[in-house]
Amino acid sequence: MSTFKEAGHLFRFAGLFVLAFLVFLVVRHFVVPKSFGEYGHYRGAAIGEIAARPVHFAGHAACESCHTDIADTKHAGKHAGVNCEACHGPLAKHADDPTAMTPVKPDTAVLCVRCHAASAARPKDFPQIAADHSNGLACETCHNPHSPGMDATPAAPAKKTASAGGAK
Amino acid sequence: MNLSRRQMLILLPAAAVAWKSVLAGTPESSPNYTMSEHWWGMLIDIPKCIGCGNCVRACQAENDVPDGHFRTWVERYHRSDWEMTREGDVTPNPLIVPEVISPDGGKEGFPAATDESGKYFFVPKMCNHCADSPCTQVCPVGATFISPDGVVLVDQTYCLGCAYCVQACPYGCRYIHPEKQVADKCTLCYHRITKGLTTACCEACPTGARQLVDLKDPKDPIHEFLKTHSVQVLKPQMATGAKVFYNDLDGSVR
Repeated sequence: MSTFKEAGHLFRFAGLFVLAFLVFLVVRHFVVPKSFGEYGHYRGAAIGEIAARPVHFAGHAACESCHTDIADTKHAGKHAGVNCEACHGPLAKHADDPTAMTPVKPDTAVLCVRCHAASAARPKDFPQIAADHSNGLACETCHNPHSPGMDATPAAPAKKTASAGGAK
Repeated sequence: MNLSRRQMLILLPAAAVAWKSVLAGTPESSPNYTMSEHWWGMLIDIPKCIGCGNCVRACQAENDVPDGHFRTWVERYHRSDWEMTREGDVTPNPLIVPEVISPDGGKEGFPAATDESGKYFFVPKMCNHCADSPCTQVCPVGATFISPDGVVLVDQTYCLGCAYCVQACPYGCRYIHPEKQVADKCTLCYHRITKGLTTACCEACPTGARQLVDLKDPKDPIHEFLKTHSVQVLKPQMATGAKVFYNDLDGSVR
């Protein structure tokens, strides 16, 4: 026993280490988030939090579930591959509750030229329109934006907007 | 209780398996989405891009990206005829570089090009969601990571804003959010793809130049496309395992 008595200072020192380790474990328990290390060296719950962010673009499937007539027109024309919100903008609020928000009709003077203004940089086979093409007339006077080919007649809403444009 | 060695050898692994399932916890919140069934990437078809900037605007609207910062942007390249004739030179001339512009990230499109000579093309850029991403490796706190479905994400509640990852990304796809003061980047619209929607940029692209791909889905057309087209990734020499695939990419793109 005498050997242990002489080693008493070593036990006290070891006790200090054990105490420090326990403090470390307690602090770690409160500081490190619960889901840390669930999938890797990060907070696993972060994945769910990022996935829960709000959606702004409803997706064309949501639009087409109600606006079947326009979807049919669009799918028959050259803009079949253009999704609704590519022109109309993010409308998830309208898709969730159609009365909550009424979409604003895009201005074809700004909208169409974004894609179709003539530029040597665009692919050669892409339809491009010179600035003097319409003599200042709005695109939808002649073209139905949902089916822009000239063989298709402009849709009825085009006339409505033409008169609304005149009133402004 | 008296356990034989045989019983012990059976019980121990069983207990280990049970403990593992306890650790795994409850399944994730999206009920119809299993992370292990997906491995996300993107296909960018250069000849289809018309430089309208719809993707940049859509990304900003969907993800609340501050002005002057970009999760995705579009660059316009112009290689002059003179430069292209020199391409066959034996020694590469470092002075021959294409003209690259990206006014406000291409958000409002590009000025009309009048010079008919040479070759123009648009290159949409975004996070490559690398399988061996340099940006996640340098994070000192584990705030950025590759999710089990192959998307590089930032845990903004955990990020310190040290910007190591901004420097580490060889593609320049990260920025420090000016208000939150934390790293921000493309999430591949993780909140959309986990709900079965496509990304905002793909939804808004009028020509189908951008397509979300799931490399773990055997029915995804990407597998056929990769076999039949000349598809490249950016900076392959950096071995980042980039998952944004570019069809018909010009050799001058960096």
